[in-house]
Amino acid sequence: MSSQEEGELSSPEITAIGISFGNSNSSIAYTSGEGKAEVIANEEGDRQIPSVLSYIEGEEYHGTQAKSQLVRNSKNTVAYFRDFLGRDFDSIDPTPCHASAHPQKHESTVAFSIQDQESDAQNIVTVSEITTRHIRRLASSASDFLGKKVNAAVITVPTNVTEEQRVALSEAAKKAGVEVLQMILEPTAAVLAYDARPEAKIKDKIIVVADLGGTRSDIAIVASRGGIYSILSTSHDYETAAGVQLDQVLIDHFAKEFIKKNKTDPRKNERSMAKLKLEAEATKKALSLGGNASCSVESLANGIDFSSTINRTRYELLAGKVFGAFTRLIEEAVRKADLDILDVDEVILSGGTSHTPKISQNLQRLFPPTTRILSPSTLPTAIDPSSLSARGAAIQASLVQEFEKDDIEQSTHPMVTVTPHLRNAIGVMVVSEDVKKGLFSALVEKETAVPCRRTGVFAVPRDGGDVIVKICEGLREIKVSKKEKAKINGKPASDDSELDSDDEEDEEAEEIREKVWKVGTVLAEAGVKGVKKGGKVEVRIKVEADLGVQVEVREAGGKGGVRGTLEKARVVENGSA
Amino acid sequence: MAAVHFSLPLPVLPQGWSAEKDFKSIGQLSPATQRNIEPVGPHFLAHERRKRHQRTFSEDDRIQAQENVKKVEDDDVGEISEPEDPLMLQRDAKDWKGQDHYAVLGLSKHRYKATETQIKRAHRKKVLRHHPDKKAAAGSSEDDSFFKCIQKATEILLDPVKRRQFDSVDEAADVEPPSKKQAQKGNFFKLWSPVFVAEGRFSKTQPVPRLGDDKSKKEDVEEFYNFWYNFDSWRSFEYQDEDVPDDNENRDQKRHVERKNNNARKKKKTEDTTRLRQLVDDCLAGDERIKRFKKEERAGKDKKRLEREAAEKKEKEDAQKAAEEKERLRKEAEEASKVEKAEGKKVKEAAKNAVKKNKRVLKSSVKDANYLLPAGEEAGAKRVDQVLNDVEAVMAKIDAEEMASLAGKLGGVKVAEEVGKVWSEEAKRLVGAGKVKEGELKVIGT
Ligand SMILES: Nc1ncnc2c1ncn2[C@@H]1O[C@H](COP(=O)(O)OP(=O)(O)O)[C@@H](O)[C@H]1O
Ligand SMILES: [Mg+2]
Repeated sequence: MSSQEEGELSSPEITAIGISFGNSNSSIAYTSGEGKAEVIANEEGDRQIPSVLSYIEGEEYHGTQAKSQLVRNSKNTVAYFRDFLGRDFDSIDPTPCHASAHPQKHESTVAFSIQDQESDAQNIVTVSEITTRHIRRLASSASDFLGKKVNAAVITVPTNVTEEQRVALSEAAKKAGVEVLQMILEPTAAVLAYDARPEAKIKDKIIVVADLGGTRSDIAIVASRGGIYSILSTSHDYETAAGVQLDQVLIDHFAKEFIKKNKTDPRKNERSMAKLKLEAEATKKALSLGGNASCSVESLANGIDFSSTINRTRYELLAGKVFGAFTRLIEEAVRKADLDILDVDEVILSGGTSHTPKISQNLQRLFPPTTRILSPSTLPTAIDPSSLSARGAAIQASLVQEFEKDDIEQSTHPMVTVTPHLRNAIGVMVVSEDVKKGLFSALVEKETAVPCRRTGVFAVPRDGGDVIVKICEGLREIKVSKKEKAKINGKPASDDSELDSDDEEDEEAEEIREKVWKVGTVLAEAGVKGVKKGGKVEVRIKVEADLGVQVEVREAGGKGGVRGTLEKARVVENGSA
Repeated sequence: MAAVHFSLPLPVLPQGWSAEKDFKSIGQLSPATQRNIEPVGPHFLAHERRKRHQRTFSEDDRIQAQENVKKVEDDDVGEISEPEDPLMLQRDAKDWKGQDHYAVLGLSKHRYKATETQIKRAHRKKVLRHHPDKKAAAGSSEDDSFFKCIQKATEILLDPVKRRQFDSVDEAADVEPPSKKQAQKGNFFKLWSPVFVAEGRFSKTQPVPRLGDDKSKKEDVEEFYNFWYNFDSWRSFEYQDEDVPDDNENRDQKRHVERKNNNARKKKKTEDTTRLRQLVDDCLAGDERIKRFKKEERAGKDKKRLEREAAEKKEKEDAQKAAEEKERLRKEAEEASKVEKAEGKKVKEAAKNAVKKNKRVLKSSVKDANYLLPAGEEAGAKRVDQVLNDVEAVMAKIDAEEMASLAGKLGGVKVAEEVGKVWSEEAKRLVGAGKVKEGELKVIGT
């Protein structure tokens, strides 16, 4: 993206923010002068602003205030509307809106019938108009905070967003006076939020981004290669594993308690249910921090107050099934990417539900100890999962705000983004005492987008001399072996353990799974002669955009060296994931 | 990116390795995958600048670029795959125990094989059609009964425990075993295979061995029946429990129902085990392969016996032949030695005769030479004795050959003096050879 030429009359000054527009909550963020992303709190002090609008006698309420209207004024309260934008009525799932204004068919789009004016009239307000109003409120909060009129934004969207949804969002924002500079994918924004921290080192890694939200959870497997991100697979859940399912666990629990005492089911009454739901969600959030949490609702049903407490252990037991569903969803995405659990270097937990300690603990058990689980309960330096999307968007906004919109469009054009990715890792053979045939050491990981360049520095035999650099492709394999039963003093079992030795034998031996490299195609060989004692050899592999490969090998610090090129590879046609 | 350091050393250059400019290009990279990279972050900008070079792209370029890109998102919710039975649509959600959860979600063909992802997608498709808000929009009544059926079906099928309970009693997934007659008509494998595939869904051990076909190996068939006779099943019957009253007042009643349920579960489980055993028995009984294997085994045994017998016979014959051969050789040798002996006898006889003859020549030579006295001189008895003694002594000391040679020499002379000379020479020779002592021969030695 080339900056505008100086002196040219440019459009009015652009103030761009990052917006995370969620079904349940939205967030706004900006990038400070030092390039640090900060989340902006609205007038009420909320950084997680419920994506809810509510109308009472023509007055518009937004965010938390609007959300609390779900109890008294649910018919005129619009919530969970994001996923309806840019879709026709037939293709939407109205389920999340059962306790607020229901979506309805309106021409080719979705609308809500609400009393949003002072008059008693029911107005049809399209989801596009609702979105405009929501973004206007977000932009206005940001403008108040920044002291400057916000007129542009980078907005995050889910990975399965359609072209129609993009267009609809862009138009809705424009009507709110916000130019959408770019829409970026939610998981990518989360990765960028972590990578933009000053202490972050750019490394090749496989990242699972688990965005666990209110009404849906989205998993993406991201190959991060030299700061370039490619999404390898995704999985989505709209029915079993998200915040509302956890709320429901608590609602059911407390409702049963209430029924026991009062013989009436608060879930049967709309308003009681709405009250209980809000309170149960608060209890759930409290359980992410403490070992105990209370739940009190004034006049829950039949005028009877309710108050109870629950501890975390109990909650985790009750919600066991929902927690299991999160884990399975993540496993599904890993499988879809043709990867193994052992291939994952990092798990970024994003979205409000990612505050739940039990979910991170389950992931710690699922992944090997070498996998970093980035969540508040497993890593003190983790970024607040609720803010990741907005931060990423703000960082991207700071990167593109100087550019013209057309320029951004050209830069994000598929001609630029569609890129060949390496099918296999490329590496060099080294010697290990216990493996006679030699070991493969990866230099360029698979799924690296081209062009790319990697340099490795290799040791040589103790006395130096002539060495060979053998460059090959490596195929990762999972080796499964059975763990030997622990033996006491070399004896398999002592006398007194004989009694139960029967069931022990029935037990499956524990499986040990490990990643091993299998050497694939040999690509090239280079000889380096007369390396001095204690010297090192530098190997540089460069894969060009046209898949030509250049190899450069030389003694570190030495002159000259060996160079060569390989024949170009093909790009293959792909089916769906 | 910064250089990566590797601590393990590079291999030593093999002896005799050589290449032009020390570089050998050998292979080619595997084909690459076309993917989208995320147009996000500072590193993308560098990539973008390299790739774009101020160029602008058109809509055609877009289509071209996207043509072969690897799709990451599944296609959006497609069509509902099976027609909905109008009777099913009228179901009451309260009767959820009697409902076919798979049919409700349009997964009749998949049943226990449906994956979690398939169930989720099926659920979504159904919700999109049957959500009460959709019905309202379509102008029909706000009856959400079937929607509740959908929710219930999804709740059960997405809960691994509940799903197993339902799968345990999902009769629609059963495959009836064929009757004896049906199986005899030559369709044995076609009819029985699916029965075991269906029963295999209850196995704790997966995968389950297949029935196979005519060409299956004996070990596989044995392994198959072994597996099914030791079947470890997770099937359980709590789904068919009678509802337990959940009010606290009637505890006894509650306990009673619980006990009843427990007993019923156990009974059904036992019945199921028996049923499966019977089923395996029936299949085994009709399995021609078993008969064939037995026959083959028998044939195998017979074959072995015959082979053994033949071997024994051959051994015997061989032994006999060997004995005969031995005998023949022995006889031959005997004959030969007989002949040899006979011949030897002749030679010996001849030699003996020759010796006798020569002895006679030797004796007569002295007699004819007047006992080595000058002619006319009467040889006295003493002289005769002495000379004959000497002759006897010489004859005792010499062998047949020497005797023949001596006889030859004596035969050639008639003159008495010459005879004496021959004898005295012989005596000298014998003394020289150490065979007789000096003076031992009284007459002829002088
Ligand atoms: N501290 C917390 N502990 C547990 N759950 C939380 C916490 N904070 C927010 N949540 C839950 O996260 C969900 C909202 O997540 P969010 O990412 O904002 O959703 P969405 O992406 O759907 O807009 C809600 O269900 C909310 O209850
Ligand atoms: Mg979200």
